[in-house]
Amino acid sequence: MAGFKPIANLRSATGISTPKLALYWLLGSEIVIFGGILASYLMHRMSHDEWAFQAMHTNTMIGSINTLVLLTSSLTAVLAHHEAEHGNGKQAARYLYFTMGGALLFLLFKSYEWSIEIEHGYTITASPFWSFYYTAAGVHASHVIAGAIAMWFVARDAAKGEELHRVEIVGLYWHFVDLVWIFLFPLLYIAK
Amino acid sequence: MGGRGYAEQKAHYIKTWGILCGLLLVSIVGPEVGAVTGIAVITLITAFGVAGYKAWLVVKHFMHLTEEPPIIWYILTVCLVFLGMFFAGVSPDVMNHEGTRWENVAAKQAVIDGVAEGEASGGHGHGEAHGGDHGDDHGEAHGNEHDDGHDEKGH
Repeated sequence: MAGFKPIANLRSATGISTPKLALYWLLGSEIVIFGGILASYLMHRMSHDEWAFQAMHTNTMIGSINTLVLLTSSLTAVLAHHEAEHGNGKQAARYLYFTMGGALLFLLFKSYEWSIEIEHGYTITASPFWSFYYTAAGVHASHVIAGAIAMWFVARDAAKGEELHRVEIVGLYWHFVDLVWIFLFPLLYIAK
Repeated sequence: MGGRGYAEQKAHYIKTWGILCGLLLVSIVGPEVGAVTGIAVITLITAFGVAGYKAWLVVKHFMHLTEEPPIIWYILTVCLVFLGMFFAGVSPDVMNHEGTRWENVAAKQAVIDGVAEGEASGGHGHGEAHGGDHGDDHGEAHGNEHDDGHDEKGH
């Protein structure tokens, strides 16, 4: 068995590859995690009028910039997939590095935003609104970090023309991270 | 992916991104217009309706979910159904502050205190007005520590 490497095959029952099936199961569980947080936030937001006053203190400017950053990184992720499909591993890796740059930029803006909020006393224990704000954005940010790390491994192999099918998988995960933010943005920054 | 050529597909992705950016602008400006005109529907549509459409664009054009086999849809739908059950089961208790034989006194008080505090502070935020500069002195957090404890009314 020395040197044996298991290969992810197409599942005969579903007609899709094992990694993709596994990824969608992961995304299914993420729907419940993020959906649970967002649903809980919505329930409280609609029954606590005072949250509107607290929501006024979130920084729409930084939230908007971060939305643009994530949308752009989603574009580079899908372009990486496009290149991988055409066998251009190096170009796919380049696009993945751009996507990782987007992740880094997002986290930098998020850190700046949080430092301002905390400086002004809006910490996670300040009120239930801020507790939700930091939990939702924090769980999302941890997914951004996880996605960027996974992308680094995939990009490293893709640059050598290896395991190009993984580019699509990591890209799908990244689009989901973007999707979650698309819903978090109006809830935390727009509905005031 | 629709059988498009290499360059055509790439252009399609960039076009989708352009539309998403345009919609982002709508979701920022729309609620401002809604606030000025006092028409809440504008805020609802431009903030949440646009978010839903943006999500659909990502799902369709970036994730290509519409081209995946039905099993993927089954997996995701099951998770969404569970989420719906969670919301339906929990929301009556969370969103109402009183029921047939119970009253959530702490939550009611939190709303009263929080609204009074918000109105007293003028109800203005620091996010957009000062661009993150925070020139005003509302450093104190609005701490309305309610524990959402349900106090028994009848029993």
